[in-house]
Amino acid sequence: MTAKISYDDVEVGTELPAQTFGVTRATLVQYAGASGDFNPIHWNEKFAKEVGLPDVIAHGMFTMAEAIRVVTDWTGDPGSIVEYGVRFTKPVVVPNDAEGATIEVSAKVGAKLDDNTVRVDLTAMSAGQKVLGMSRAVVRLA
Amino acid sequence: MALDQSFVGRTYPPTDPYEVGREKIREFAEAVGDAHPAYTDPEAAKALGHPDVIAPPTFVFSITFKAAGQVVQDPQLGLDYSRVVHGDQKFAHKRPVRAGDRLTVTSTIETIKSLAGNDILDIRGEVHDEAGEHVVTAWTKLVARAAEEG
Repeated sequence: MTAKISYDDVEVGTELPAQTFGVTRATLVQYAGASGDFNPIHWNEKFAKEVGLPDVIAHGMFTMAEAIRVVTDWTGDPGSIVEYGVRFTKPVVVPNDAEGATIEVSAKVGAKLDDNTVRVDLTAMSAGQKVLGMSRAVVRLA
Repeated sequence: MALDQSFVGRTYPPTDPYEVGREKIREFAEAVGDAHPAYTDPEAAKALGHPDVIAPPTFVFSITFKAAGQVVQDPQLGLDYSRVVHGDQKFAHKRPVRAGDRLTVTSTIETIKSLAGNDILDIRGEVHDEAGEHVVTAWTKLVARAAEEG
């Protein structure tokens, strides 16, 4: 395992490069197929509205997968993730158009821990609302 | 009706092995738009010290959630799955999941709570490889929303 970032080079408060991820209905169909989660709230507008949702929503696990890319792109090795947890606070609503929705992810080092690991605190926003809460990763650096 | 507390601590039998394939990892990485070469190129993965291509950190959920189905569909537990939403998710990785792994999942009910009519269920999935080594633990919080009055 070879993270490109050195433990000694980061401090509490170090910001990771933020990223914005797009998600359309086509993205959700593709993710449903790859993950095996075919819940119709993620592709069927009529069904989503019948169960009280504003529209089709992204899989929480899709949002979780996008958010951690800010960390794995930073360390250079996806194998550097030791722990990763999130709370799904708000759904990412995905309209039926070419633009879809966007998920904006920022992250910073929240604490330096033992054994060359750091805690990274993530923030994921969509349409002005926080979509992940208590979103944290423990990452092993070089 | 609140779920039966006697189910706390119940462990379900390990699942049949899930064989992690390179193409399945590629398909997942493409679906989340992640072009990191460690997911698709064995040489790039080896350069990072991995024996084969590795899976993105959340890939294993597909396997652990399917295993959690044993719990949520247990007729004795009686969870109303049509009202279930995913509350929290956490993973602790001993090592990354990689192509060639044959993974089994053992699911345990950690806690059952009832809050304002919602049933909250915490399921822990322990994932082991063919050699019996621990690979990852997945904690999944499911919330069965209270049925509306009347």
